[in-house]
Amino acid sequence: MLNAVYRLVAPGMIEVACTEPDIKNNVLMRPVYLSVCKADQRYYLGNRSREALKAKLPMALIHECVAQVVFDPTGHFKKGEYVIPVPNMPTEDDDIIAENYRRSSRFCSSGYDGFLRDYIDMPYDRLVRVPEGLNLKIASFAELISISVHAATRFERFSHKRKNAIGIWGDGNVGYITALILKALYPETKLYVFGTVQEKLSYFSFADAAYDVNNIPEDLMIDHAFECVGGEASRFAIAQIIDHINPEGSIALLGVSESFIGINTRMVLEKGLNLFGSSRSGVADFQKTVDILAANPEIPEYLENIIGSVVEVKTIADIHDAFAQDISRHFGKTVMKWDK
Amino acid sequence: MKFMVFAAVFAGGIGSRMGNSDTPKQYLELGTKPIIIHTIEKFFVNEMIDEILVLCPKAWVAHTRDLVAKHLPEGKKVTVIQGGSSRNGTLENAIAYIEENSVTDEETIIVTHDAVRPFLTHRIIRENVEAAKEYGACDTVIPATDTIVASEDGKMISSIPDRSKMYQGQTPQSFRLKELKRVLESLTEDEKAILTDACKIFSIKNKDVYMVNGEVFNIKITYPYDLKVAQTLLKGKDTDA
Repeated sequence: MLNAVYRLVAPGMIEVACTEPDIKNNVLMRPVYLSVCKADQRYYLGNRSREALKAKLPMALIHECVAQVVFDPTGHFKKGEYVIPVPNMPTEDDDIIAENYRRSSRFCSSGYDGFLRDYIDMPYDRLVRVPEGLNLKIASFAELISISVHAATRFERFSHKRKNAIGIWGDGNVGYITALILKALYPETKLYVFGTVQEKLSYFSFADAAYDVNNIPEDLMIDHAFECVGGEASRFAIAQIIDHINPEGSIALLGVSESFIGINTRMVLEKGLNLFGSSRSGVADFQKTVDILAANPEIPEYLENIIGSVVEVKTIADIHDAFAQDISRHFGKTVMKWDK
Repeated sequence: MKFMVFAAVFAGGIGSRMGNSDTPKQYLELGTKPIIIHTIEKFFVNEMIDEILVLCPKAWVAHTRDLVAKHLPEGKKVTVIQGGSSRNGTLENAIAYIEENSVTDEETIIVTHDAVRPFLTHRIIRENVEAAKEYGACDTVIPATDTIVASEDGKMISSIPDRSKMYQGQTPQSFRLKELKRVLESLTEDEKAILTDACKIFSIKNKDVYMVNGEVFNIKITYPYDLKVAQTLLKGKDTDA
């Protein structure tokens, strides 16, 4: 079968190409809703290094998606079932290193085709069922939620058990979702959010407090922190975290930056801090994500608020429109309803 | 009960226009499979299609059956039969076979498609089925990009129609099966010889034919040039999972 794949060939340019999906071994799906990620937007706008663009394009963007099974030769899924495809594709087993950190793993929409395709084909063990009743528009960005879940899982592994107060730096989507997940996992913990835009901070109604980064009480201390800022600003966020964190605290770094970020290592040493990176997620994190969403119905209710717009996609021009809407949005997710 | 939808893949051409190759063009390899298999697979995986009928020249029936058995997994009925000597004849064979072997009624739909258009999409098939159900007949078209020039004698321009009203016909063409049969039966033998496009027949008989948006890349592989274009579409890194 010849599958139409909509590839970014240069910043702002999408063209159709064709691939031959494996319909004898893989599950074949139709995208239903797809969600635009900031990483896609960086490729779309050309905000990556010339070397990265040269190495990775052309490729189909989008790695956040919910799809409907149309054909499964393996018999694991029924026609019509909704699934979330896991964009991380391990190529080897490893007992120690998680699939999303193996250098050999591939990732859809980072060097390999993402989900802007007529059909998606994937091995059955890279798909996670959507729980009954979950809003499909929210399921479309389960991948983003799974990144927070993955970070929370690593946090539990690396951090000491005193968790009286956790601080989250970043008032964007990742900060919002991470805060929601942490609130569900640690209901007794005080959750403080730190950001720069009052309007965005007001969305964190479920947190114990939300602070402007320019107006943090000097005596406010936290046991652990999550940096969800990214970019150049992550330098200031990490510096503030180090100032406000108690000794032996753990700092999860989730924000992506294109440049090197300076860190106050003197205080990291003096306080005996534990900084750990967290990036992407694996199939186990996706499964845990849908389990958390099913068990905590208030989380999808909060997440409905961050769906900024839903763009119906029938043409390549509609894809451009979705990216244009997304770039003009300071908060929230742009979701594409796939009818291409 | 859900209305039945049959896909009829027309592989009747003998491919005399395809350069040096004597093989009918639908049997040429594109990527790892013959073009006709790529086309059949699009209907095979589409949940709206209940059964697939493939109509090909008599000499190619056995070969086509072998290809279907080799390439397609289990899961949907695919039948290969002989086509007619003309497009209308092939259409009549398809209708006759479906009526003989299945329970049909006024709701039954037939989606007819050229075997040499392997790039059709899920949406095009779905919109064909929906349009045939609602309007009785539909054609798949894209807006004309070239100016269309009409000539009565092949020498002088007789008219140049307004391009904004011109479309290029692709396939699928889809119909309510019973209505298609009645329309075909209403033609004289002379009309049948001239009117080779089923949508044109509907149109001449003053019946509505809805236009489904096609895709520019839903090309018909007729000339060696088309095969090169098709191969180019397939080129580039294979980045499927």
